[in-house]
Amino acid sequence: APQPELGVPLSPRAFFWLVSLLLASLIWFVSVHLSDREDAKLQYGLLVFGAAVSVLLQEAFRFAYFKLLKKADEGLATISEDGRSPISLRQMAYVSGLSFGIISGVFSVINILADSIGPGIVGIHGDSPYYFITSAFLTMALVLLHTFWGVIFFDACEKRRYWCLGLVVASHLLTSGLTFLNPRYEASLVPIFIITLCTGLWAFITAGGSFHNVLKCLSCKQEDDSRVMMYSALQVPFED
Amino acid sequence: MITFMNNSDSEEEPCNERTSLMSAESPPVPSYQDGLQTAEAGEAQAHRKRRTGSSRSPNNIADGDMSDSGVPVRESALENEEEELTLKYGAKHVIMLFVPVTLCMIVVVATIKSVRFYTEKNGQLIYTPFSEDTPSVGQRLLNSVLNTIIMISVIVVMTVFLVLLYKYRCYKFIHGWLILSSLMLLFLFTYIYLGEVLKTYNVAMDYPTLFLVIWNFGAVGMICIHWKGPLQLQQAYLIMISALMALVFIKYLPEWSAWVILGAISIYDLMAVLCPKGPLRMLVETAQERNEPIFPALIYSSAMMWTVGMAKPDTAARGGASQQTWDAAEDGRENHRSPLHADSQMSETRSPGPTRPITSFEELEEEERGVKLGLGDFIFYSVLVGKAAATASGDWNTTLACFVAILIGLCLTLLLLAVFKKALPALPISITFGLVFYFSTDNLVRPFMDTLASHQLYI
Repeated sequence: APQPELGVPLSPRAFFWLVSLLLASLIWFVSVHLSDREDAKLQYGLLVFGAAVSVLLQEAFRFAYFKLLKKADEGLATISEDGRSPISLRQMAYVSGLSFGIISGVFSVINILADSIGPGIVGIHGDSPYYFITSAFLTMALVLLHTFWGVIFFDACEKRRYWCLGLVVASHLLTSGLTFLNPRYEASLVPIFIITLCTGLWAFITAGGSFHNVLKCLSCKQEDDSRVMMYSALQVPFED
Repeated sequence: MITFMNNSDSEEEPCNERTSLMSAESPPVPSYQDGLQTAEAGEAQAHRKRRTGSSRSPNNIADGDMSDSGVPVRESALENEEEELTLKYGAKHVIMLFVPVTLCMIVVVATIKSVRFYTEKNGQLIYTPFSEDTPSVGQRLLNSVLNTIIMISVIVVMTVFLVLLYKYRCYKFIHGWLILSSLMLLFLFTYIYLGEVLKTYNVAMDYPTLFLVIWNFGAVGMICIHWKGPLQLQQAYLIMISALMALVFIKYLPEWSAWVILGAISIYDLMAVLCPKGPLRMLVETAQERNEPIFPALIYSSAMMWTVGMAKPDTAARGGASQQTWDAAEDGRENHRSPLHADSQMSETRSPGPTRPITSFEELEEEERGVKLGLGDFIFYSVLVGKAAATASGDWNTTLACFVAILIGLCLTLLLLAVFKKALPALPISITFGLVFYFSTDNLVRPFMDTLASHQLYI
């Protein structure tokens, strides 16, 4: 079964993300040390720069991972019996996006989670008291977004639609930029969720789903939740 | 024991065509653990050997004289199938090793984060006599290097001693040594661990209950590890004793010494397994010559069958026929390919085995030959992750990064294993990645992520 082969590359993906994060931190660290520590505006600017570099590096490593997977896929295809690789590229795209999302989300939120157990009061220094809940929502959005971006990205690379690639990178930058508007949560959370929904729809369509598929699934599965429908419908094309 | 007798009876017939298969087997696991004495248990000479190898017996394809199986198998056609099988089951083996390594690390990290005892400094082992409480950085570095040298030389001496014992067939001594060390782990360390956990959660327990619990735990553990038991239980026990051992190391090794020791151990591992005169390699070769498994009691095996106890030289030859015991899960899983598997290590079977040595020979089911990883590898992986959890200023990102790094290293090592098909050291790649990621995450990534999180920025 192809399942083991899907599970195995989970850590390479996480590893790739980690390496990209490492490089971005290195760049930020070096820039901070070379600059004036006292200037708050400069530090903030450097932070923005570091975040942007990190986003670009993440996408670059996603691309590198795509190339690696293509090569491995070709290798698997040549030695398999019927000349097809056991895993479809779509599955790989989905799992790749998901694991990028998982490691990114976990890295963002686990310290917050660990702190939330301990005694304390949120926002006692005048920050927003909704820190935890908005962090939770933002992390969820980010994980979903990474999954969707993974699907779109791989599909775009496969079909060589470079404008799609550019759009993915741009939306990643936009999302990250929107988080800079925290703690004005109306300005950041709502647009991010809109972006998530749109990207989700786009990924759904890219993966071959359509309204027709959704109806087909609805009729045989009788689910009500549209978000669940999206995923179960996403699986239908995989069985082609 | 009944198993032995029956097996020795059926030893004769299937062996003739099988012996040629067996000698072509890939080598069994070279492993031993290093000796260690805690500050408390000063009296017991409970040395354990360090396991540093991992190997995988590939799905062995028979040469075509599988007439009793009834399915003619051509060797050329088998090559491609073997490759594909290798990759397919390579992935499966990776998963089979990921789970126990992850479990061990989770246990260690959970304990470190919750039980305060294991992060307090209460003295040091006698193997690391130099203290690190010195004022200057240079002195501290020097002390840690000296500690490392002492520790590594102790390990080397123990390893050579073990190889000599093995070479001169002092099996009883080795067996006794193993039993003593696992006794100490299962009873003494578990008692301490349980005591500390109960203290942390402020749970009252009376001594009779405690005695009962520990006695049962320890006795079942001894039986499972050294004799027979369900596979899952044996695996669980091995994971637990690795975790306990790792916790002891984390507690009693001073900080810088721990990191230098980790680095030195992986270099030593590399040399001991790959150099022609390395002790581990000699151990492997000796075992191969004699067609015996090596100390199966202290190897983690993910296979559906595993050896119990030490094989005697005369019973080793009967390994081929008697090993066809499968788990029900295994039966359902494979796809009825032809190869028969002979493994010289599988010297004993569980109870259905002796009654059907011949019939199972004809059964033609594909056996899942698991990968074997030495317990020392488990221990040192967990030490790395545990130290990261203990000393990384309360940060979980570092722990996670080390965890991912170690898993990637393991993945790569298994890949290399599939390519080279001989015993490989499991420590170097993982520990290198782990160390690199630990230091870089702690110093570079952590300030970055902290600053981002304080502004609630997401990347």
